[in-house]
Amino acid sequence: MSEIEALQVWEGNKQKKLCELFEIDEVKTENQPDNPVISIHGDFSEVRRIGLGMKIGEITINGDVGMHLGEEMKGGNITVHGNAGAWAGSMMKGGTIEIQGSAGDYLGAPYRGSTEGMHGGRIIIHGNAGTEAGANMKKGIIKVYGNAGQFAGFRMHDGTIYVQGDCEGRAGACMVDGKIIVGGHLESVLPSFTIDGIRPKVKIEENEVAEGPLYVFLGDRVENGNGKLYVFKQKNPHLTSYEKFL
Amino acid sequence: MELLIKNGFVYDPLNGVNGEKMDIAIRDGKIVESVSGRRARKIDASGMTVMPGGVDIHTHIAGSEVNTGRLLRPEDHFRDFESKTSVTRAGVGRSIPSTFTTGYRYARMGYTTIMNPSMPPLEAKHTHEELNDTPMLDKASYPLLGDWWFVLEYLAQGKIEECARHIAWIMSSTKGYAIKIVNPGGLEAWGFGQNVKDLDDQVPHFCTTPREIIRGLCKANKLLNLPHTIHVHANNLGKPGNYTTALETLKCVEDLATEDKPVIHLTHCQFSAFKGDDWRTLESGAEEISNYMNGHSHATMDMGQVIFTDTTTMTADGPFQYALYGLTGNKWVNHDVETETSGGIVPFRYHRKSYVHAIQWSIGLELALLIKDPWKIFMTTDHPNGGPFTAYPKIIAWLISKKAREASLKRINARARSRSLLPSIDRELSLYEIATVTRAGQARALGLKNKGHLGVGADADVAVYNVNPETTDISRKYRTIRRAFKRAAYTIKGGELVVKDGAVLKHVDGRTMWLDVEVSEPARITNDMKRRFKDYWTVEYENYPVSDEHLKGLNPITVKASV
Repeated sequence: MSEIEALQVWEGNKQKKLCELFEIDEVKTENQPDNPVISIHGDFSEVRRIGLGMKIGEITINGDVGMHLGEEMKGGNITVHGNAGAWAGSMMKGGTIEIQGSAGDYLGAPYRGSTEGMHGGRIIIHGNAGTEAGANMKKGIIKVYGNAGQFAGFRMHDGTIYVQGDCEGRAGACMVDGKIIVGGHLESVLPSFTIDGIRPKVKIEENEVAEGPLYVFLGDRVENGNGKLYVFKQKNPHLTSYEKFL
Repeated sequence: MELLIKNGFVYDPLNGVNGEKMDIAIRDGKIVESVSGRRARKIDASGMTVMPGGVDIHTHIAGSEVNTGRLLRPEDHFRDFESKTSVTRAGVGRSIPSTFTTGYRYARMGYTTIMNPSMPPLEAKHTHEELNDTPMLDKASYPLLGDWWFVLEYLAQGKIEECARHIAWIMSSTKGYAIKIVNPGGLEAWGFGQNVKDLDDQVPHFCTTPREIIRGLCKANKLLNLPHTIHVHANNLGKPGNYTTALETLKCVEDLATEDKPVIHLTHCQFSAFKGDDWRTLESGAEEISNYMNGHSHATMDMGQVIFTDTTTMTADGPFQYALYGLTGNKWVNHDVETETSGGIVPFRYHRKSYVHAIQWSIGLELALLIKDPWKIFMTTDHPNGGPFTAYPKIIAWLISKKAREASLKRINARARSRSLLPSIDRELSLYEIATVTRAGQARALGLKNKGHLGVGADADVAVYNVNPETTDISRKYRTIRRAFKRAAYTIKGGELVVKDGAVLKHVDGRTMWLDVEVSEPARITNDMKRRFKDYWTVEYENYPVSDEHLKGLNPITVKASV
């Protein structure tokens, strides 16, 4: 316990002990020692890098949380009962992040310049996501039950992105492979995508299916890509003109 | 200020000192015979290895292409950063560290002199400004002259003497140190989207060939009595089957050598030693090149060793970099520097499990081990093209220990392992030879009289490593060696103790060396030349030369030319 209290953390450019900034309590439970649980209460929207490189255990956050949540995590669970800042699940390799509220920009995306995006794991957002969700994704799944901003799945290589709500456009720009499923309205499909057909339904993951009919687009042809972009037909009447190419 | 390094095992190949226990005395930044016992600060080096400060003959650490690489690769910075301390400044970057960090990292490994090998004359001011901010090191730059319009014209007309005078002018106006030739002819052709294929290919719009450029500049270099030879990055670099081009390049100046003195330095030779018809049939051409080198003494070369890591490739060889972009599909920069040269940058990752990369790794070491004379081949990674310079301790470990090589061989691509010559090579370099390939040989090839040795009168640049050659079996304890060379026990720069146990104690500015070539009849700056500047350059002639005020620490080296 005293070891945890003495952990060094940065506040601005000053190094402080963890206990100087937060109240810390120890709760004895029946849990096995190999599954440590951290629960966090309060407004943590200015606190960054919670769950950095996490391998096992659980973190529950009751409140908002700041940037870089679960960066490069490899296992375990993070649950947020609130909103998360940008770069949640950045470059993650395994484990699960579930956010009851909304997530910021660059969900699961790597930092500027890097092409090593998400390599595995699951991110589930019950609210909305910002721009460039799942950029440079290589594996894993992102599910957004709200809306997503522009450039969802930018430079995606593999994996799955499911947006139940609306998507602002430019989805799948420069994608090479993988799939993006938009259940709501998609502002426009990039001209570098070609229509491939209409499907009655598409599998999101085990035991979860998006019911259609859905348009299937292939792209991004600019990158010689073969990614699949599924768009729900009923919510996107402006895409009916593509049907004449079938 | 006086210093006395006591009781170390000294390795000073230029003076033939091989591991003798002796004291090194320093006064006012120079090595001296002795110092008065009481006043001198003493450094106890008993049980340690003492060598001259490291010299790096080829490392891209400054200039516009390095800086563009920094801009291109933010991902290179965020994982590797150093906070400021009471003496050092903060910095970032792994394969392309910021200037201050570059200086500190070299000093921590016991290096004190580096050569920045590609400076487009147009970017000379930028290069020198960055070098001014690279502390702890003495440095110099090689202007790129192999595709410079005036040089091409002089050579096409066979006017070697005029060309030499012109080069003397460039050396002082760009504050350069040696003639750098990159893919001769190819860079000029690249301006028109072409390249040259072999030494006798015509350079478009100039009636000359790569062979004539190399020979012409080699003759000019001799006429000017420059301390270093021409520094050549061969044609067809990075292409399968290019070892023949490397051999042709070496052969084409064979007859210009006199008195066994080298006349050509073939740089990052690993990238020019590929055998095979394509990438799938790639093999090592190290055996052919080392056989040639063992029979001739007119050339020196450096390794350009590949390290399995993420790095940034940058050369003035625009067409090669474009091909590399085609191979990787990575982000890239390509640039045609007006009438002078070109350049390109592509991030690159060398994978152990890739056949081609593993073969490249093997070629570098094969060259260093098969060329018998350590005075002919020097240790570099062509930083950052083969890997960052911070990997030098790893290479030292591979060179001194067969065990270290076998440990790495186990982990590389199986097909590459079965084709590698390394399992058949038993040679293990001694510390004396390591001192040759990392400092003495490089200093001699560069013609640096005061560097790379510990004789009386030399600059007091000394590195002390925590290796006891009496009690350590270096070929078995290669990890100890790697650790020791990573963090020098002491680094002394210009007579001042700057690093202790791998930590920087003091920030000192190095000096920039450049050649002040005295020719009997200086090149005339004609109106025609000025007009050309107006027509073809973005900079007018008057703004072109780098003035003395631009350099922080001036160290002109006067050379008497024979023209």
